[in-house]
Formats: sequence, structure tokens, C-alpha cells
Amino acid sequence: MHWPLLFLVVVISCFGFLMLYSVAEGDFEKWARPQMERFFGGFILMIIISFVHIDFWRFCSPFIFLVGIVLLIVVLFFGDYGGGAKRWLEVGPLRFQPSELNKVGLVMALAVYYDWLTPAKVSNIFWVFIPVVMILVPTALVIPQPDLGTGTLIAFIGLTIMFAAGVNYLYFLGGLLILPGLLALIFYSRGTSWQLVNDYQFGRIDTFLNPGNDPLGDGYQITQSKIALGSGGLEGRGFMQGSQSQLDFLPYKHTDFIFTTIAEEFGFFGSVGLLLMYSVIITFCIISAMTNKNKFGSLLTIGLATIFFTYFFVNISAVTGMAPVTGVPLPLISYGGSAMLVVLGTFGLIQSAHIHRLLKKD
Amino acid sequence: MEKISFRKNLLDRNLGRRAVLLGVGQLVLVGFLIRQMRELQLQESEKYQLLAEENRIDIRILPPVRGVIFDEKGATLAGNLENYRLRIIPEKAKNPSKVLEDISTLITLTDERKSEILTEIEKKKSYSPVTIIENISWNDFIRITVNLPSLPGIVPEVAFKRFYAYKHFFAHIVGYVGEISRSDLKVISTGNPILQIPDFHIGKVGVEKGLDPLLRGSVGLSRHEVNAVGRIIRKLKEDPSLSGKDIHLTVDSKLQEFAMHRIEGFSAAVVVINLETEGISCLASSPSFDPNLFIEGMSQDDWDILRNSENQPLANKAVSGNYPPGSTFKMVVAIAAIEAGLIKTEELINCSGFLEVGERRFHCWNSFGHGDMDLIGGIRESCDVYYYNLALRVGIKRISDTARKFGIGVLFPLPLSGVSKGLMPSKNWKLAQVKEKWVPGDTLNSGIGQGFVLSTPLQIAVMTARLATGLEIKPTLVKAIDGKPINRNKKRALKIQDSTFSLVRKAMFNVVNDKKGTAYKSRVVDEKKILAGKTGTSQIRFITESERKEGIRKNEDLPRSQRDHALFTGFAPFNKPKYAISVVVEHGGAGSSVAAPIARDIILFAISGSIPKITAYPIDQRDETDAILKRIKKAIHL
Repeated sequence: MHWPLLFLVVVISCFGFLMLYSVAEGDFEKWARPQMERFFGGFILMIIISFVHIDFWRFCSPFIFLVGIVLLIVVLFFGDYGGGAKRWLEVGPLRFQPSELNKVGLVMALAVYYDWLTPAKVSNIFWVFIPVVMILVPTALVIPQPDLGTGTLIAFIGLTIMFAAGVNYLYFLGGLLILPGLLALIFYSRGTSWQLVNDYQFGRIDTFLNPGNDPLGDGYQITQSKIALGSGGLEGRGFMQGSQSQLDFLPYKHTDFIFTTIAEEFGFFGSVGLLLMYSVIITFCIISAMTNKNKFGSLLTIGLATIFFTYFFVNISAVTGMAPVTGVPLPLISYGGSAMLVVLGTFGLIQSAHIHRLLKKD
Repeated sequence: MEKISFRKNLLDRNLGRRAVLLGVGQLVLVGFLIRQMRELQLQESEKYQLLAEENRIDIRILPPVRGVIFDEKGATLAGNLENYRLRIIPEKAKNPSKVLEDISTLITLTDERKSEILTEIEKKKSYSPVTIIENISWNDFIRITVNLPSLPGIVPEVAFKRFYAYKHFFAHIVGYVGEISRSDLKVISTGNPILQIPDFHIGKVGVEKGLDPLLRGSVGLSRHEVNAVGRIIRKLKEDPSLSGKDIHLTVDSKLQEFAMHRIEGFSAAVVVINLETEGISCLASSPSFDPNLFIEGMSQDDWDILRNSENQPLANKAVSGNYPPGSTFKMVVAIAAIEAGLIKTEELINCSGFLEVGERRFHCWNSFGHGDMDLIGGIRESCDVYYYNLALRVGIKRISDTARKFGIGVLFPLPLSGVSKGLMPSKNWKLAQVKEKWVPGDTLNSGIGQGFVLSTPLQIAVMTARLATGLEIKPTLVKAIDGKPINRNKKRALKIQDSTFSLVRKAMFNVVNDKKGTAYKSRVVDEKKILAGKTGTSQIRFITESERKEGIRKNEDLPRSQRDHALFTGFAPFNKPKYAISVVVEHGGAGSSVAAPIARDIILFAISGSIPKITAYPIDQRDETDAILKRIKKAIHL
């Protein structure tokens, strides 16, 4: 067991409970308590996953990947709308976004693939083509939900594993050259009959580029969020003293925008402190991956750490006005059951990989 | 075997290198985030802190209570009436239409009004109150208050509204208040937060306007912390409002009411000045209007009637009516001539009914002529020819200068609306305004208070006040502010010989008390209240020579708008003057028969402080006078 990693996860989560208590204006029952219960459940799940043998996870990986794909297809036809997009799946009392499962499934499947693939073949064009397809299938299924953001993230996470697995730099270089052309094509399609992304997605990009234009519309979130962040200053306004969040100026203050409350109430110290804790988690994972003798475990750790990274990076860059708002939660802190479960689950896998790092595949 | 193992190790090392690259890449990106946080939280923090405060704090203005306007003796002319009203907070009512139904079982509320309220509720935010009904009775108010538990969201409130108890009697003095209009904002200082209070009332006319800055008071401010939807979370700070200052006027409400009754039915104005205090005791203008109409709101029709009425009820004729002073001006010409040494008291001038200057004939009102006239006789019998001669001798320059000394053509700074300067013409004035040269005929006309000369009833009263006292009386309307009396400067003596004054006063005595005097019928027989004065009949149309030949049409035969104005000005008691008065009755006819009796009644009231005793009147007039006084006594609520 990677104890320091476990410790950090617990510390960040506890910090999250504290913030949920604060944004509820001192109401423990509202968000903090349910979140703690979910954490407790997720924590047990994490521990169980940790002690399950890594070979079992390797065995499960293709199935998890395939289940994810199937669920995506189901969502496309039977999913519920939420926030303007069809991305939720409801099974009994459970309501979750399969795209979260897709990220994990893709990482696991690619890790299995490269574990299986003879290293010499990694950069062979045929053996590069296969993982590209594996990445493109979930990406292509997520984008029409419509969820451009998650689609992009899935692709990014997949490419990260390909990179870690040693695929020749030239492929990435080529990809980088194609990307601007693709972006240009998307913007060029705007307003035409073959428009590549939806109007609302363009709207979000517009808002991101110029939030002041429409202060009470989409831009309102960003403007209020920046006011909260900025007014925190160096030391913050004190626990439960942030006027922006306490007085409801912040939208989604307990979910996607919770970082703004942290920054408002604990200032630069608080926000950077959290970023450093996240960075230490990433660093722990990278070191664990490097010391892992098991290639599957190693790639799995890198991939899952990347998922974790994309969570907090995308979330924080959105609330600080550096990127468009995509509805990604702040990991371990934002209120929400499925996100908490997924994140703790991935840490369980990372721990399992770490625990079994000395075992080579026979 | 060896080879493969080697290659595998190589690739494992490769994986480690790639992992490091990825880790470093991610940490670099975190660096970007930290840089952004530094910019927002450290470099631009102040700006965002300010924005957060703006978000958070809602400043509300607390309206002050308007100052009360009293008369000289403390009767309330403009007060604040409690306005019981009901408001509804939709958010608390949950189902406003049901609450409205319930409330209409307790008070009358038309279906039309109900739907009006419901539309307003939809327009506003759910926490902002909407007025259901205003000015409900105390009983209704209590009934609602008792039933509050079953009327969720209903807020009974007590607000203040202006009330003018004396209605039309003081409309022109006190004026009225109203909501701030766009044109008001151009004139008054816009920075004052008081003016941002919704439906805040400011003075529009009269003392309400003239002393508005004193009456207004100052606003209080409350600072509330509000949340994103504007709901109040808690009160942070409150500076209470300061009530406006109370004003005591110099006006005597009883005298004013009497005067208003006395000139009822006329288009007329009366000014009474207290010679000791210089205060205006009475400033009546008829017809008048009820200022409460402006508070309660009036229909477009009512407003049109008020605005377009021939007799201009909205105008304060006492200070803004410009009338030729007519013969009341003759004292000014007499003084100018005596002071210049251009006439001796006993010098006789013959009046043959007209005076020819150049090719024009200037007529006396008495077409048969007065015969030989001396100065006193000229005033007593109001001989025009005598004053034509005097005017020619003295010249317009001296006449103008003397008139200004007595207040004609002088603007008196009173806190009233439309105070006029009148007009005392000069040669330069005519050249500049009429673009014609001054001719001797102009001087002649000026000599009898006609032609270009215009004066307000106030100016005529001031003239008489100065004649009666020999002092530079400056009329005032404000006695005290917040109970503190206004300090008056010592009255200065006019630079005119005493002998001149006594001569003119004697002439004015004769006007009323000599059998030949034009106002002999309006004399007072009570020795202690003897009236002295001067009549005036100011002509407002030009009588052609041909008309004279055919016989001048009598006033009664003319259309009303062409009839003469009747004027009288006087002071009493003669040996110890206490009051000066001027009366102007528009198109009233002769000053002697119309204006003088009114002036006598009012000045007697002023001296005695109540309805004058009938013993003050000559025996043969008592029945007639008694009827008038009884009628007023009945109408008045003293």
C-alpha cells in the first residue's frame, strides 16, 4: 500500500467536507454529511480494489472497456438529458455518466494492449492504428451527446498512454500538425449546413473568449468566479467568510465551482496549497509507475494519474477563466457521488498496481 | 533470449523516461494554473475585492419626514398625514390571488384592481412588495391588522403624505409637492441621494418649492448585506434620516381665510403687510384651487379646467399679476415732484378735462374737468390732468427713480413661485425693448400709472407700506425656521423729507375721509381705525377719439376682458399705521366702488383680529356691510 498517497487522498477529501460545510453556510446535513457517507463507501471500495490482484484487473480490462462502449451506445439512445446534453444513465437509484467509466476502461484496455504487444512493434503503423481506433470509438460516441469536452479528454488520456508506451514521437508530431487544421475546420463549419459542433458549444467557446460580454448570461459564472478568486487575496477572507459563495453569487458553488470558494476563503495559500497536494499525488503516481516492474501496472498508473490530472486541471482552468466551462468536477472535493466513486476507484487500482509492482508477468 | 531481455530492459527504461516527461509536462501545466492564481489573487486582488463588496452591499435610502408649514400663530398649513396602506410580498403570500380574494372580503377591492396587482406582482421580483391599496381608513387598517395571521404576505404600513388643511385658502402661498420630474432634475442638484428615493416628493410651487431644501430634510442610509438575488441577509449599518425643518410663516390664517372669502367670486388679489414686522399677513389670490388635488391625483379633465380657466386659478396674482398701478401711482409722482422742488403744495393747475401735448389729447377721467386743483386735491379727486402736468415737469427719470425707492419695478425675494419684477420703464428700456424713442406722451401715461408701468399687488402694498412709515419696508414671508425667529435688519428710513410724507399721507387721508374723496364711501368711522388710501382704475384698452365723440361705452357694456381693473391701496390706522393693504380686482371696474370696500373690510379685520364690528362703518352702509360680513362669518370656520 502506498501510504503517503492514501494519506493525501484522505486529507484532500476531508478538506472537501470542510468546504461543503462552508458553502452550505454551516449546514452540515446539506452536503457535507452525504458526501462523507459516499466517501466512506468509496473508501472501502478503494481498499478492496487495492488488495485484489493486479492480474485480475488485467483480466477484467477488456470487459470494462467493452461495457463502457455498450453503455455509451445505450446512453445515446436511452439516456437522460441533463444540462443540455444526453449523458446520464439511470439504473434504479443510480444515476451516472458512463463517460467516466470510458476513461478508466480505455486506460485499462490500452495498458493491457501495450502489455501484450511486443515492444518492438509499438511504433509499427499497424500496431499504432489499433489503439487509435480504440481511442476514437468512445470519443466519437461521446461527442454527439453532445460533449465535446469529455470527448477531447478521452482522446487526450488515450494518447498519453500511447506516448508512455513509447510510440514514436513522429506520430505525435504529425498529430500536432493535423490538430490546427481540424480546429480551423470546426470554426470554418460554423453556420454552414455541415456544422461540426453544436451552437451551444460555440457559445461556450465565445463565453470563454470574452466573459464580460454577457455578464448575466453564460459569462456571469466566470465573472462571479473570478471576483471570488480575486477577492480572496493572499490569505483569503477566512473560513465561511467568503461573501461571494456565502451570498450565492457563485453558481454551482458546491459542485464544479467549489474551487472558487476555497480560493476566496483561504486565499492564494489555500488555492496553491491544494494545487501542490494534487501535484504531489501526480508525482507519487509517476514515481510508482517508474518503479513498477509490471508493465500493465505501470501504464495503468500513468493513465489513471492522467485522468486525475485532467479532472483538476480542466476544472481549475475553467473557473479561473483559462478554459471553457466543461462541467468537470474538482476531484475528491466537488459534491457528487459518481465522481467520488470513480476517483476513489481509480486510486484503488493505482494502489493495487503499487502493491503488486514487484510481480512480473510470467 | 539474452537479446530479447536486453531489448525489453531498453524499452522499460524508455517507459520510465516517457513517464518522467509526462509527469514534468503535467507539473508545468500546474505551474500555469499557479501563475493564473497569482495574477488573480495577488496582482488584481484589490479590484476583485471591490467588485465583491459591490456585489454584497445594498445601500437603501431612508426617506425623511417633510417639515411642517405653520402660519404666524401655529396653525398647520401643510402637514403630514399618515397614509395607511397595504402591501403584499408575493414570496410570502405563496398564492397571491387567493390572499387578494381573502382581503377583498374585509375591504373593497375591485376585480380590475386585483388583476392590476397580479400583473404587477408578475413583473417584480418575488420578494419586493407591491402596493395593494393606499389611504385606507383606520378602521379598515385595524381590521386587516387583526386578521393578519390568515393573510400571509400582507404588510400593513404607515407612510406619510402631505395634507393641506386650509385647502384653496393657502394654495398660492404654500403650494404643493409632487414627484420629481425630469425637468426638476435639470434645475436642482442631481447628486443629492434624496432625489433617488422612488416616489419621493419635492415642492413644486409656492413655499413648498421656495423653501424645499429646508423642508426636505436629509436622507438616512441603511446598508444591508444582500445575496445574489437581492434578498436582505442582515443589516450592517443604519444612519437614520433627519426630518425637514418646520417653517412658521408671517401669514395669519384667519385673516387669509377672511380675505379669500371676501374676494370670492372675483378675479382678484389682496396683499396685507404688517408694518411693524414687515411680514406679509395676507396674500390672497382668487380664484384658487385645492392643492390636495395634486397629492391625491386629479383627472386630466380637472387639470385642463385648472390650467385653461380664464381667471387663472393656478396663478398667484398677488405676486405674479402685472397690472398698471393706475392712480395709486400718483403719490409716487407727487413725491418725485415735491422732492425735486418742481411744485408747491398750494400751486393750482387747471383741469379742463384734457391736456393737449403735440397733436394728442390726454384725457382726465372726469371729462368735464376738475377746475383748479392743488396737490392734495389732485390726489383726493384723482385728477389726471394735474398729474399729466406734474409728470411733464418731473420727467420719466425722476419718476422711475422714485418709484423704485417705493418698490415699484423691484423684485422682492420671497419663497414663492412666479414672483414678478413688474416694470418701471425708462427711455433706454423703451429703446431696447420696444425699439422706439421715448415720447412725452409716454411720460404723461406713466404719470398716472398707465402706459408701460406695471406693478404687482405686492409692490403696490410695499409702496403704501413705505409711504405710511417712511421706512424701507422689505416684505417677508418667513417668521421662524424650526422655531427660531428670523433676525430682521433694522428698517432704514427713506431719504425723503418728512414734510413730503405728511403731505402725501394727508392727501391719502382725504381720499377716504373727505367728502370729495374718491373713496369717501369706504371710510371708517371708528376713530382708532381710520383708513387712508388711494383708489385706482387702470384702463387696459385704448379709447379712440371717435369713441369719445360717440360717448365712451360704460364698463358694464364692455366684454369682461376689456373692463378696467379696480385698485385700492391704503393703510390704517391713520395716526399709528399698523397695516398696509393693496387690492386689485381684475376687470372689476372702478377702484372706488369695487376695490376700496374690500380693502376696508380686510384691513379692519387685520386690525381687530376678527370680523370687524359694524360700528366701524358709516351708518348708511351698515345694513349692506352687515349682510356681507354675516355671509362670510357663516362660511368661515374661525
